[in-house]
Amino acid sequence: MNLTLDQVKHVAKLANLPLTPEEEEKYSEQLSKVLDYIEQLNSVDITNVEPTFNVTGQVNVMREDTTAGCFTQEEALSNAPKKKDGMFETKGVFEDE
Amino acid sequence: MNYEPVIGLEVHVELNTKSKMFCRCSADYFGKEPNTHTCPVCLGLPGALPYINKAAIEDCIKIGLALNCTVSERSSFERKNYFYPDLPKGYQISQYRWPLCVGGRLQVTGDRGQDVTIRINRAHQEEDTGKLTHSEGVTLIDFNRSGVPLVEIVTEPDFTDTAQVRDYAKKLQQLFRYLGVSNADMERGDMRLEANVSVRPVGQKELPNYRVELKNINSFRFMVAAIEHEIKRQIAALEKGEKLSQETRGWNEDKKSTFLQRSKEEAHDYRYFPEPDLPELKVDRLQVTVDSIKKSMPELPWDKSKRFVEELKLTEAQAKMLSETKELANFFEEAVKAGNQQEVNAITVANYIINQKVDIKTVKPSEVIEKIKSKSAGLISDARELEKLAQEAIEENPQMVEAYKKGKVTVIQAMIGSVMKKTGGKVNPNKIREILEEKLR
Amino acid sequence: MNDITTLTLTETIEAIKQKKFSEEELNKAYLKKIAIINPKINSFLKIQKNSRGIPAAIKDAILTKGIKTTAGSKILSNFVPPYNATVIDKLLEQNISVIGKTNCDEFAMGGSGENSAFRPTKNPWDLNKVTGGSSSGSAAAIAADLSVFSLGSDTGGSIRQPASLCGVVGLKPTYGRVSRYGLIPMASSLDQIGPITKSVEDAALVLDWISGADSLDANCKDAKFSFTPSRWEPKLNGLKVGIPKEYFGEGLDPKVKAVIEEAIKKLEELEAEIVEISLPHSQYALAAYYIIVPSEVSSNMGRFDGIRFGLGRENLGQEVKRRIMLGTFALSSGYYDDYYAKAAKVRTLVKQDFEKAFDPLAGGVDVIVGPVSPTTAWNLGEKIDDPLKMYLSDIYTISANLAGIPGISLPCGFSPSTSSGQARLPVGLQILGKQWDEETILRVGFAYEQATKWHLQEPELVSRVESQESRQKGNKTGF
Repeated sequence: MNLTLDQVKHVAKLANLPLTPEEEEKYSEQLSKVLDYIEQLNSVDITNVEPTFNVTGQVNVMREDTTAGCFTQEEALSNAPKKKDGMFETKGVFEDE
Repeated sequence: MNYEPVIGLEVHVELNTKSKMFCRCSADYFGKEPNTHTCPVCLGLPGALPYINKAAIEDCIKIGLALNCTVSERSSFERKNYFYPDLPKGYQISQYRWPLCVGGRLQVTGDRGQDVTIRINRAHQEEDTGKLTHSEGVTLIDFNRSGVPLVEIVTEPDFTDTAQVRDYAKKLQQLFRYLGVSNADMERGDMRLEANVSVRPVGQKELPNYRVELKNINSFRFMVAAIEHEIKRQIAALEKGEKLSQETRGWNEDKKSTFLQRSKEEAHDYRYFPEPDLPELKVDRLQVTVDSIKKSMPELPWDKSKRFVEELKLTEAQAKMLSETKELANFFEEAVKAGNQQEVNAITVANYIINQKVDIKTVKPSEVIEKIKSKSAGLISDARELEKLAQEAIEENPQMVEAYKKGKVTVIQAMIGSVMKKTGGKVNPNKIREILEEKLR
Repeated sequence: MNDITTLTLTETIEAIKQKKFSEEELNKAYLKKIAIINPKINSFLKIQKNSRGIPAAIKDAILTKGIKTTAGSKILSNFVPPYNATVIDKLLEQNISVIGKTNCDEFAMGGSGENSAFRPTKNPWDLNKVTGGSSSGSAAAIAADLSVFSLGSDTGGSIRQPASLCGVVGLKPTYGRVSRYGLIPMASSLDQIGPITKSVEDAALVLDWISGADSLDANCKDAKFSFTPSRWEPKLNGLKVGIPKEYFGEGLDPKVKAVIEEAIKKLEELEAEIVEISLPHSQYALAAYYIIVPSEVSSNMGRFDGIRFGLGRENLGQEVKRRIMLGTFALSSGYYDDYYAKAAKVRTLVKQDFEKAFDPLAGGVDVIVGPVSPTTAWNLGEKIDDPLKMYLSDIYTISANLAGIPGISLPCGFSPSTSSGQARLPVGLQILGKQWDEETILRVGFAYEQATKWHLQEPELVSRVESQESRQKGNKTGF
């Protein structure tokens, strides 16, 4: 399967990844090769095969509705590059306003 | 050409569990200092993992059962991937291919008073996001709300007028409160509505090939206004020969019109896949719980209302009014029970509670019956009047008061007698005795 | 006495108990050795000079409260975790302390150690060779005696493969045996933390410490492993060892093959019954793996947005970006069924291959034995620009992750380096077991190790330092 440059650009946007034009070129080529390799999955007979998403065999793993301690505001913000008024700060987003 | 609206509704309700959906931070976040209800999980720190809150799953099942849904035998969480600053992990843990509850229905009333059955596609479990504040060109984020359990209820596109939409939303709000799963306060954002609106020529069977999503509208009234505006806008566009497409729109209350938020080209691609951090739910192995949930379910408002009409012979309007809240309905039923012993019938009780606007927080159900009895006997029942009569009896009989205070309590009979005489027997002697005893203490 | 840093974990504990040396002396000895050797091999990214108790080296993808944790990425170059991974809390209870955070491929993505954003780890057996990865520093540190034991994480071989290439013991437990809470995930449905040690016994002891239920990891089972070496015997007494023919085909370096075949003979001498088996879907495992892993990666990396911690996404390295891109594409609208769903079904077939091979009702085997890596350590830079070639070096290890079963790599001999013809490079033997049955693979590993003593071999780099050390000591005493 060939991953075109346009597809690479679209995927990079979905993935929120800033790529340089060189990277776009390189990934288009490298990922196409990997996808070619992956094509071999098409030769496996998977009729009536259930997918495996979790190998533990566990089901219904739940906890009781009880609370436990939280971070202090200081701890919560301890690794934040930018903060203001006890909150995390990021560049303005107004999409939904 | 005549057009008819095709409307579907998505309702999000925040559950009032003690802890969050996937971590043990307190879910009671409203009005708290920012970022004081967070931990590695709801802050989306590297290495943190989710763990399912059982109470939230039970609440979701409750809602599903109340809406006549089937509880799925197998259910799984999936990751809904997208980027937004209020979403700490870069994905929301939600349900997509394997929702907890599917295929329900709810009856609502339309604009001509007609009954319409709305099919429920699903009721699934997910988690809330953080809260954004915009100030001076930057966005500030508080993650206290992040990870609070949400149930999303999605209908089929079965609504054909806004009266149905309003009734449906009101009924859900009433249901959440009856079940005790949420305060369902629209203003606080406990309950949020999204509508999918499109129109088609009358008689057309197929669904339109587009739909407009109305989002971020925080009151029933605005939602109804937005849908009505949208229907008009779409019909006008179609009549001009324009082609409508998939998009998301918001509501501008000042301009009383909807506005474009996101076009089809910008539509998300959520890349759902099963959440690898959470084993699946197998409800058949939870059977005991589902059964116990069924048994513990309260009588639902519409069932109560129906029973009030059938068993107690109330009018539809009375029944609906008295089943408005679980508290009022319980009050009414207790009053009816008390009335039964004193030959006061349910209709009289209903009329009295509705007409006198009885405050159920301060009055006891038995008192309602007493008042009804007094009134029907022509007795004086006004508290202030009785108070005045008792005071007069005390002032007019100083010797008796003195004797009473010295311990000759039987003189109270004579005092009651004087009040009876003065009013021509129009007081309940027991009531007067109570007041006198109180005053002489 | 000999350099105390050559002692295994169980020996160290015994020696401390017998007061042969103090914990302080132990930490001093290791820190001194780290100061000499680490600059040559880059196994540590951060060294804790105030280490107490018994020192352990921790892969930098595992969170340590108050100790910078980078996962080998520039994006986390300033990240100081406000909480400990569950395994760290469990180790602290055992008087273990963190002597340092070990180098690794960025976010554990890589099979050579070269994808570290800081510097590549070098193989103590030959400084021109890779260590394997992604737990590169954790394996190199043990090979060079820079810690008593270390923790790594294994998503497709990231413990076993560097252990093999560095000549130490590496154990990937059953998925769900050890809590992943606090492990920066690569692919959540495959990741598992495990020990890298100087002996099989040590691996068992560390697994005992770190395994068991955790109320913070829903996939972690309430199934603690108990270390009971008294049950282990020197002979294998008819234990059935399966040799998968698919693991000996094209692509396996003949010199590695010869070493592995020798090891199998040894198992036979130890009275194991050797049978050939087939794992027919092995050939598809890598393709399925390279859909499932990037898909989960693309989602797991979503939280690195530079808002709550870390730097912006432009700081991610090439391999990380490559996997995010591949996974995002595979999950994008219209491709899910062709890629992720199909890979998940092939995963079922890979898992069933093992279930059939191990099925006791069908005369199944007790363990499966084969190579860990198709080659010995290769030259630094050799495969860095060919992702597919790099991925193929995981061909024998990934199936265990897809199936969730345990696997161990242990030293089983040496192969002369193909390029130089001088230095000998270690070869690892892989033993795979049934789900939740680490006991049997450890028992087989123990018997083999006791019979061969390959684990006592030391790289020249290290023995040179050690002999210098003892010479200096000798001089002092003689002075």
